[in-house]
Amino acid sequence: MGLGTFKGGIHPYDGKELSKKTPIKTILPKGDLVYPLLQHIGAPASPVVKKGDRVLAGQKIGDAAGMISSNIICSVSGTVKAIEPRLTVSGAMTEAIVVENDGEYETLAGVGAKRDYTGLSKVEIRNIIKEAGIVGMGGAGFPTHVKLSPRDDSKIDYVIVNGSECEPYLTSDYRLMLEKPKTIIDGLKVSLRLFKNAKGIIAVEDNKPDAAIKLQELVKEEPNIEVAVLHTKYPQGAERVLIYAVTGRKINSSMLPADAGCIVINVDTAASICLAVCESTPLMRRIITVTGDAIQNPANFSVKTGMNYQELVEAAGGWKTQPKKILSGGPMMGIALYTTAVPVIKTSSALIGMIRDEVALSVSPPHLRSAENYEPGSCIRCGRCLRVCPSNIIPQMLREYADRNDVEGYEKRGGMECCECGSCSYICPAKLRLTQSFRQIRRSILDSKRKK
Amino acid sequence: MSDLLNVSTSPHIRSEDTTQSIMLDVAIALIPASIFGVYQFGLKALFIILTSVISCVMTEYIYEKLMGRRVTITDGSALVTGILLALNLSSEVPLWIPLLGGIFAILIVKQLFGGIGQNFMNPALAARCFLVISFARRMTTFTLDGVSGATPLAYLKEGKTVDVLAMFLGQIPGTIGETSVLAIVIGVVYLLVKKIITLRIPAAYIGTFLIFIILFGGHGLDPNFILGHLCGGGLMLGAFFMATDYTTSPITPNGQILYGIVLGILTGIFRIFGGSAEGVSYAIIFSNLLVPIMEHITLPTPFGKERAQHGK
Repeated sequence: MGLGTFKGGIHPYDGKELSKKTPIKTILPKGDLVYPLLQHIGAPASPVVKKGDRVLAGQKIGDAAGMISSNIICSVSGTVKAIEPRLTVSGAMTEAIVVENDGEYETLAGVGAKRDYTGLSKVEIRNIIKEAGIVGMGGAGFPTHVKLSPRDDSKIDYVIVNGSECEPYLTSDYRLMLEKPKTIIDGLKVSLRLFKNAKGIIAVEDNKPDAAIKLQELVKEEPNIEVAVLHTKYPQGAERVLIYAVTGRKINSSMLPADAGCIVINVDTAASICLAVCESTPLMRRIITVTGDAIQNPANFSVKTGMNYQELVEAAGGWKTQPKKILSGGPMMGIALYTTAVPVIKTSSALIGMIRDEVALSVSPPHLRSAENYEPGSCIRCGRCLRVCPSNIIPQMLREYADRNDVEGYEKRGGMECCECGSCSYICPAKLRLTQSFRQIRRSILDSKRKK
Repeated sequence: MSDLLNVSTSPHIRSEDTTQSIMLDVAIALIPASIFGVYQFGLKALFIILTSVISCVMTEYIYEKLMGRRVTITDGSALVTGILLALNLSSEVPLWIPLLGGIFAILIVKQLFGGIGQNFMNPALAARCFLVISFARRMTTFTLDGVSGATPLAYLKEGKTVDVLAMFLGQIPGTIGETSVLAIVIGVVYLLVKKIITLRIPAAYIGTFLIFIILFGGHGLDPNFILGHLCGGGLMLGAFFMATDYTTSPITPNGQILYGIVLGILTGIFRIFGGSAEGVSYAIIFSNLLVPIMEHITLPTPFGKERAQHGK
């Protein structure tokens, strides 16, 4: 079988060698745990505990509020210290439950109990996944129980497990595939129980051959599951791109994967499904890559959700050099942090410390700028943005509409198809902030549609 | 360090390519043709190149200073324009010709329309055409080894045969940079390896032109005529270095093919049916004007929208 791929995309320096060889290490929190009530797409959860309550690991402390929402699970045992707004990765203050860790890690009764998923009904499986607070671990954080409940189960042909990990620097999914392949496969098997006509596909980029081989060996006996090896290229793991690379089916921005008979889940989401369904363990841990050229000992950690980012830096040997920029997530789609005093949430895939901020080079005053010319200049119409765009739209043209705030023109030229992958901004020789313009106009268009 | 860091919205990394690095690569790719021009036509060719470059760069500098704009001479685009203009001039022109051409290219064609990325015509070629129209005799006097003579294309026009090998190597009269196909090809290989240009425009251009002269050239498949037309005049320099100019060519892939086809047909018409033996410069600057239309009719369909659009 040829390598699955797509038109467009980029090949940035991937930085994965920094952390790909370090096995996942479990580390325990030192300070208080902070659980923002909004760590997913949808409505914030509502707290079901109050200040002073004793809570246990595995206990639900936030209840999914509304159709699209997710439960929040406590990852340690201790006392609820406060329910107050706290700074989160997004840079906003979000209502959060603060738990003082008693260091006992006492779990709720029943957590960890083995369970045979083959005896469970679809409703039971979906309910367990919902109760476990599982959301898309790839970064978007869409509640998994909603994703696994399409309008018609029988119309799903593929459940795709996304192990492409196309973002530079990230290695947590890779380590998980190497170290816990069976858990991932079991999670997929559980998901396949929901869709009687579906086939399972685990998609891995060809820069992770060892992971692909390992998974291939394990699914050899599974008639219904196969491993698809994909060409290494960013954004291979973007949902629409991935579906096309694996199945040849295309969906646009206003369609759901289910419209093409597909459901896509991240490898760690699959593993979390397995833990929740087969081992009665809700989502309380996050596998996170702590890396970057500013980090002393880049590593992959398994940590309790709610743990402070600063503790991760310390666990990785601290800063080697003072970072100029700290990111939560990958360099293409991650969020820049102005402080490390924020908690790990369900979607925290990486913490990256960079000693060079290529974006700041382009905004700092001339005497502080390095020799490289990263100052945004004028578009020279080179067409590189169009060549790399996975959505096959023309960033060069759309930028003019976006900067003029011409909503009609922007939509007419397919601007809403932008997936904000950042490839155009990355490749632009004039260092124009294309994705940034699109993000702004897309948000305002989506917001005004929502109001109607 | 303060505890608070800079933030910005993603992506947080940038590729190493810059406008400057691209322009430098183009300039590097023009070195073989320039060196060959100096070797062939002597030091006067070097002076023409230098005058042209200095004229372009200084015009840009002075204009931007006077207008209170950011000075962009370090982006290298004026340098490239200067080299290209000189390579399109005869070695016999007096130095005020490249000086005037440089001012016209940068001031009139480029800066007055908004500077880099905004010019609707290739500045170097527009300046060449301006000079040819204004100073026809000086611009079309070519020499080789001190003896003035007609270019191979003029011979072909008269129905004579030409020495194709000499044309490939460049031992013919012509402008400073257009004579040696070999030197141009070396530069083209560099551009292709560095991925500065793709073959889409040149291949469509040369391919269409080839078909055109076979059909309408009146010589059928006569290899001497065909190869003479391919190696002669500014076709190679124009197809690879000027038709591929980012700013004045379509950015849509299908638009680029269409642009190449139009160029091929126009060059064929100008060369076969026109009054002059040459046709590349006019074909390119005329096609430059059609670029917005070509882009408009070749807009790509966004990913996943194919079915929706066909259904309508």
